[in-house]
Formats: sequence, C-alpha cells, structure tokens
Amino acid sequence: MAVVLDKSHRWRVVAAHLGLICFIALIMFPFLMILLISLRPGNFSTGDLIPSQISLEHWKLVLGIPYQAADGRLVEPEFPVLLWLWNSIKVAALSGLIGLLLSTTCAYAFARMRFVFKAQLINSLMLVQMFPTVLALVAIYAIFDQIGGYVPWLGLDTHGGLILAYTGGIALHIWTIKGYFDTIPVEIEEAAKVDGATPFQAFRYVLLPMAVPILMVVFLLAFIQGVNEYPIASVLLKQQDQLTIAVGIKMFLYEQKYFWGDFAAAAILSGLPISIVFLLAQRWMTSGLTAGGVKG
Amino acid sequence: MARKLEHWILLLAAGLTLLAGLFLTFKMYAAGQPLLATVCLATLGLATYIYSTGRAYAFRYLFPGLLAVVVFVLFPLAYTFTIGFTNYSSKNLLSPERAKQYFLDETYVVDGESYAFTLHSDGAAYRIRLENENGDVFVTDALALKQATPLSVPAHRLEAAEAPLSVPADTKTLIQNLKVLKLVSVTLPSGLVASASGLREFAPVRKLYQPLANGELKNQQDGSIIKPNFKTGFYETAAGEPLQPGFKVGIGWANFKRIFTDSSFSEPFLRIFGWTVVFAGLTVLFAFSVGIVLAVLMSWEALRFRKLYSIFLFLPYAVPAFISILVFKGLFSENAGEINLILQSLFGIKPNWFTDPFLAKVMILIVNTWLGFPYMMLLSMGLIKAIPADLYEASAIAGAGPFTNFFKITLPLIVKPITPLLIAAFAFNFNNFVLIALLTNGRPDFLDTAVPAGTTDLLVSYTYRIAFQDSGQDFGLAAAISTVVFLMVAFLSIINLRLTKVNQTETR
Repeated sequence: MAVVLDKSHRWRVVAAHLGLICFIALIMFPFLMILLISLRPGNFSTGDLIPSQISLEHWKLVLGIPYQAADGRLVEPEFPVLLWLWNSIKVAALSGLIGLLLSTTCAYAFARMRFVFKAQLINSLMLVQMFPTVLALVAIYAIFDQIGGYVPWLGLDTHGGLILAYTGGIALHIWTIKGYFDTIPVEIEEAAKVDGATPFQAFRYVLLPMAVPILMVVFLLAFIQGVNEYPIASVLLKQQDQLTIAVGIKMFLYEQKYFWGDFAAAAILSGLPISIVFLLAQRWMTSGLTAGGVKG
Repeated sequence: MARKLEHWILLLAAGLTLLAGLFLTFKMYAAGQPLLATVCLATLGLATYIYSTGRAYAFRYLFPGLLAVVVFVLFPLAYTFTIGFTNYSSKNLLSPERAKQYFLDETYVVDGESYAFTLHSDGAAYRIRLENENGDVFVTDALALKQATPLSVPAHRLEAAEAPLSVPADTKTLIQNLKVLKLVSVTLPSGLVASASGLREFAPVRKLYQPLANGELKNQQDGSIIKPNFKTGFYETAAGEPLQPGFKVGIGWANFKRIFTDSSFSEPFLRIFGWTVVFAGLTVLFAFSVGIVLAVLMSWEALRFRKLYSIFLFLPYAVPAFISILVFKGLFSENAGEINLILQSLFGIKPNWFTDPFLAKVMILIVNTWLGFPYMMLLSMGLIKAIPADLYEASAIAGAGPFTNFFKITLPLIVKPITPLLIAAFAFNFNNFVLIALLTNGRPDFLDTAVPAGTTDLLVSYTYRIAFQDSGQDFGLAAAISTVVFLMVAFLSIINLRLTKVNQTETR
C-alpha cells in the first residue's frame, strides 16, 4: 500500500504483535494444559501446573494396557476408548460413504437434468438443512424404536441405525457437489453422448473422474460431521460397547468418577487425528474449489 | 461385456432390495401396522415405477437421496409436531391396542386348588411333573428351558405304561431355572391353565379381564368393570382411578396450554427462553467482536507472520467441539480444575463456576466465544478482502487513524453482507445443545420451580431433559416445546432468506 506512514505506525505494529502473542497464548492454554495433564501422574491436580514427574499411566490406560500402580495394584482400563474410536470411525466412514453416494447422484440430476419441480426441490433442500435435528430427537428416537421392531440391526442401540439416521443430513453436500458440477463445462459430457454414451455412462466415466477432488472433500466433511455428532448418537446408543467417542468420552468426567488425567490422554488421542483431517479437508476445500473454477 | 455384467448386478441388487422391502411390508402388516405397511408399499411402488419407466429418468438419480432426506429429516420434524398433540410419555407409552392386550394378558391365581411341582431332567431337556391332592399326575413333553419367553405347553396324564421319569431335580437346578419356569403356563387336560406360584407349586391361573362388547373390560376376580378413557389415555375404574399402563391418545392443544398458561411450566419456560435469547445474542456479539478485530489484524499488510498467527487462531475451530467443551469442563472444575488453581495462587479466589448461576453463565459465554471466534474471523477476513484498498488510501491521505478506518470504512461495509450469517449463527446458538449438554447439563437448577429446570438450560436442552432425563419422560410436552422452538427458528430463517435476497439484488 502506498500510504504515508507516521511515527506511531511502528509502535502499532509492535503492539499488534504483542497483543496477538498474548491472545494466542490464552487461546492455546487449554491445549497446553491438556497435554501436561495427560502426562501427570494421578487424576487430581497436585498443586503445580507443570508436573514434577512425567508418567505415561494415562496413555497406557487409554490404549488399553493395564499398568501397575505405585501401591502394587493392577490398574485396569475403565473405558474401551479404542473401541469407541473405532465405532466412531466405522459409523462416520460408512455414513460418509452412503451420504456421498446419495448426494453425488442427486447433485448430478440437479446440475445436468431438467425435470418437474426442480427449482422447488432444490430450494426446499436449502430450507431443510437450516432446521436443527436436535428438535426432532423425540421423533427420531420413536422412529428407530419402531424400525428396531422389524429390523433389529437398524434399531435402537445399533450402529446400523445410527448410520441410517445420519444419511438424512445430505442437503448441504448436494449443494456443494452441485456447485462443483456447475463449474465443469457440459460440453465434455455432450461429446461423450455424441459418441454413444448413455447419461449414466457420461456421469460414471466422464463427470465423476473429474469431480474426485470435491468428492474427497465432501466425504471428509461428512466423516468429520459423523465423528463429531453428539445429540442423535446420545439418544440412540446406550450400551457402553456401542458408544461412539463423542458420547463415550464424557464418561471420564462424571462427578463421582472423575478421571481427569485419563480423559486428557483420551482427548488428545481422539482429537488430534480428527483435527488433522479437518485441517486437510479445509485446505483441499479451497484448492479443490479453485481447481474447478480454473477448469470452467 | 463389462457393462453387461454391471447391468445384471444392478438388476439383481434392485430385485433383492424390492424383495426385502416387500418382506418388511409384510412384517409391518403382520405386526398390526396397516398404515405403515401402506406407506412402505407405496414407496416401493413409486421406486419400481421410477426405475422401470424412462419418463422419470432424472428421478432415478434423485430418489435414494430425497428418500433419505424425507424419511430422516422431514418426517421426524412432522412426527415431532404430531407427538406434541399427544400425551406420549413413559406413563402413556403403548398404543391403545397394546394397552388393552396388556390387561387381557394379566392373570390371577385361582384359590383353593394347587399342584405339587417337580422338575425331571430328560437328557439335556426337562419335563414338568404336576400332582394334585387326589394323586393325579400330569407331565409335559421335554422342554429346553433355555429362553425366558412366555411359553404355553400342554400336559398329559402320566400313564402307567410310560417310561418312568428320572429323579426330581434338586433345589439348585430349580432356582437356576426359576426365571424361565415362571413364564411357562401348562394347559392341563381339563382345560385349566396352571403356572408356577412357588418353587414347588403350580396353581391354576385365569385371565383377570374379559373383554366386553363395548370395549370395556370386566374383572373376573371381583366383577368390577374398567373403562378406557380416550381423553386421559388410561383405563379407569368406576371411581375414576387410572390404571397403569396408560396408552397414547391425542389431547389437542393441552401441551401447548401447559407451556403457556400453567404457571409451573410457563414460568421456567419464559426464564429459559430469556436466557436462550441472551445467550445466543451475547455469543454472536462476543465471537463477532473478537473475530472481526482479529480479521482486521490478519488483513493488515504491515504485520509479519500473519500466516503463522492465523493457523494458531484457527485451531479452536479444527478441534472437535465435544472434546474442547469437555476440556473446559475439566479446567473450570471447582476443586480439581487448573483455572481455579491459577486464580487461587494469583488472587486467592476460587469461583464456583458450576454452582453459581451467574458464574456458570459467564463460563458458558467464555467457552462459546472461544469456540466461535475463528469462524467469525474467517468470514470477516473474506469480506474485508473484498473492500477496495483505495478507500483506505484515501482515508490515510485525509489523516484518519486505524479506529476511524475501522468504524467508518470496514464495519459499515461489512455489516450488510455479514448480517444473514450472524442471524444464522444466532439461530445455531439458539439451539446449541451440545455445548450445554456437555458443559453444565443445564445446572445449577432453579430452586423454586415445580418441574426440574436449569438456570443455564437452553430451550433445546430443556426439551431433552423433559424427554429423556428427568422422571416422567414426557415426550408429548417435549415435542410441543420443540414445535414452538421450531417456529422461532423458521421465523429467523425467513428473515434471513429475505435479507440474503435483498443483498443479492443490490449487488446485481
């Protein structure tokens, strides 16, 4: 910027740096604390913030390895954290895949075909995704109670049911993918159709390979959404072995059974990979979308 | 060739799906749900039509996705509305037919006659032997006694020609099998039905109720009559006393009346509504204020390391909310938390973050600002980028400082495009169930309300409590409150759409 700089400018820059560093220190405080707590022996604060000795007991428990306490007792893991994490990954990956399949085909129809009520349908999808599912929890519970009566593996307290419940939240994905399809010139598919391809072949062999980046991003976002989802999972899942990590991990912090140190290790173990996936998805989101823009 | 194969596989999958669907429909019909079965059948018919004619080709791509949205998003919402008009709760859980069946299945032990009971093993299975006072002996066929399900078996008179039974099982075996045995009813040749009335005794039982033509039930034991009351959803005695279990009936606007006119409900409802609005408003205000200041700093070209800073500032957004909220819950913990540890050593204070209503609200706002500012920062950064740089150059020539720039250029130009996003954020926080459920669970509770209600409860978490946690499990009331909240959110969304449209037409 070709701007005249006065004397106070330098001080302002320094002040901004200082302010930002202090603010970031404040923001990072919980992360730093949780790391220290996970390495501190015992489940209660010892009086000082930085532990005087490092202990891996919480990490061992979280990874399912029993260890011997100072008084010679064998301490067994209280909660199956790895199983919960696996449940979360399983549910989120499957619901993400199913959601991707459903939303891609829908997006293709919305982007490339003409049919009755098209404008109304896509607008109502936009409206639908504004309503929070939390409001329908009672109904969702009742519905899966019913479904379970006919198909036990899709009922309450099953992962099948949870995956099924998540497939409804695809409205936003349809919009995202449709937006990307709109940036890909329709002429390429038309050329394929001239060569004798059916609409499905044009979709499957021409459009889909070009849309891989956005499909990856949408899958990752759906995956993260699935891992982070709490309300529906907390209503549908009850048995300890069935829980996802989002529902299970709070059990470490019940007032009567307070496992602060174990919680810290479990939080890092499950939070770190999810955060990394999220950051990657964010990155690809921007690069994937701009790549689409360049093609158009 | 490969295409042919794919085609056949798809056809096979479609056929199997259709068969599975038909089987499901049949099961629903058999379970006494004709309406559900009809809807299911209609869906199957629609699917078959779409995938077999060329006319609805586009819907071949749309059908599965739209079906998922309809079944798992739209239908639950509509269903919630209808539940709001019923008395569905843990007391009135069953359908009227099931409740009637429950009463019809009830039995009572007929006085006077009883049978001495012994259990005899027959290979891995068991036979039940009953003997009455006259010395008549009856035995059943061999029973597995593995599953605790109601079982009705015939018994025949033991003939002398039959092979003798083994020695009677000992008490330990009896006790082991008692749970299963309690559910066995033995039909004797005389037509009497007997079931276990003790460890070594079977007694004849009769159905307690007999259905009358007008839907009422007659008590066989004392001759009294109970009537179903379709207003309250209970079978009632002549004195009007309700009998458990109740059944689900429509009760019109009663739940809504309760929310707005019954003071024991309306008072906490209004207080919680007030806090919900304050919470959502302040959250948006704080997160936006912090976010926009940071966005301005991150857009300031004279500042170095901006990229690095923004990665750190973005982190709270990347960590899953369910983890960061719980981390804060632990850090704020009154006795074991690190925040109080620091405050104690620095200032000698130990605030009661979870038991003092005001401090709990402060804590919630701190946590939610921490969670929400990166998103606001991201939005504002994008919008600031769109502001032409020559505006700032002009103001610099006029000698304006950074504050003038911010309040006279940046903010006025951002307000309009960001308002719909702020309203969306308001609506999101209005229903921020996860934050409350994981951080305070609505506690501390009001001390002066008849129904349990928390000072930090939002309307959604209050609904959740009514539906799933506190005694009563009043699904009907919860659904009614959900409906009210839904209307509020819909209202916000409509305003939002209007604003977005106005913005779009203006930029065109």
